[in-house]
Amino acid sequence: MARISASVFTSHVPAIGAALDLGKTGEDYWKPVFAGYDFAKQWEKEQKPDVVFLVFNDHATAFSLDMIPTFAIGTAAEYQPADEGWGPRPVPKVIGHPKLAAHIAQSVIQDDFDLTIVNKMDVDHGLTVPLSLVFGQVDAWPCPVIPFAVNVVQYPVPSGRRCFMLGKAIRKAIESYDEPLNVQIWGTGGMSHQLQGPRAGLINREWDNAFLDKLINDPEGLSKVPHIDYVREAGSEGIELVMWLIARGAMSDVNETKKGNAPTVRHRFYHVPASNTAVGHVILENN
Amino acid sequence: MSLDKPYTDVPGTTIFDADMSRMGYHLNQFCMSLMKAENRARFKANERAYLDEWPMTEEQKQAVLDRDLNRCISLGGNIYFLAKIGATDGKSFQQMAGSMTGMTEEQYRDMMVKGGRSVEGNRYTGEKK
Repeated sequence: MARISASVFTSHVPAIGAALDLGKTGEDYWKPVFAGYDFAKQWEKEQKPDVVFLVFNDHATAFSLDMIPTFAIGTAAEYQPADEGWGPRPVPKVIGHPKLAAHIAQSVIQDDFDLTIVNKMDVDHGLTVPLSLVFGQVDAWPCPVIPFAVNVVQYPVPSGRRCFMLGKAIRKAIESYDEPLNVQIWGTGGMSHQLQGPRAGLINREWDNAFLDKLINDPEGLSKVPHIDYVREAGSEGIELVMWLIARGAMSDVNETKKGNAPTVRHRFYHVPASNTAVGHVILENN
Repeated sequence: MSLDKPYTDVPGTTIFDADMSRMGYHLNQFCMSLMKAENRARFKANERAYLDEWPMTEEQKQAVLDRDLNRCISLGGNIYFLAKIGATDGKSFQQMAGSMTGMTEEQYRDMMVKGGRSVEGNRYTGEKK
């Protein structure tokens, strides 16, 4: 049977992608950001995941205001890096896993989460920047990826609670898949940042680190934090952090079936700033 | 019965909710059209004429012409859509974000390098700094 071996959490700042693509990683401004991902690159070479289930948000790229799905699962065979107005990032196309994705869609919808199924979608920096950070600059991504897009652009976005429960349903779906696949689930976005209005530039180091503590030790409690706390404390775009709760909800310690022990924290990193944003990154291994 | 909107007392912040999205639909879809190179070229060649192809309000059109992002947001614009105007103008996201704060580009960048804007005094409208 397939199993979720680990969860990876990371910000997906577009400027990080630009720094990579323009060869700026050696600059003093960017060095500490990329140093925070050295561990992940080495770790992934040892882990060799078969599939990454990647929770991210689209930033007015694939989804305009014509359609605003709250949760959308990609069931396509492949996805092209999107042109977000600066030209597409020069990164490999993303290969999907339609069979596992369709299985997850069926299972999760039967579990009362009404997913939108997407068979054609370009993927923006929300998905490709995490891939670049964790897998590095490669000719092909090392494994198939199932994109899972969450609306965090138009309010109301799904609650932390809803995201956490959805993670549990995704875990149940993956663990009922017949092939013995090593699956990782990634939660991306955040951390504190605000990109709009006179309050733009807000960063809250203390709140972010408390979020990381609770993500690791008390995800159940963290899932009950209301939206307004994210907005007030971590900035209007800090709300992206609810997506991390989907990945956390898929870990074995918070699930009743095949319940495991608390996960091992393999890596934890925090840095300010990358452009307008605080960067957070955590790796948890299931036990 | 009115809807629950607990986020109206956060200073310097407009939450892009269903009401704002309704107001800003055409403004944001105009921005979205700038994802295509040929539309960017047409917009740059004659901004006013291009905007007149969209059923936007005059206020929205003027805010775009003025590149007044705060005004655009108050009229229903969302920053991820408005960013397409910035991309058309060759501006980075940091330049765009900074332009809404009343700071110079250099001041804003310095603030970010030093750890960003503090939340202290910035949680509630009217709060003492």
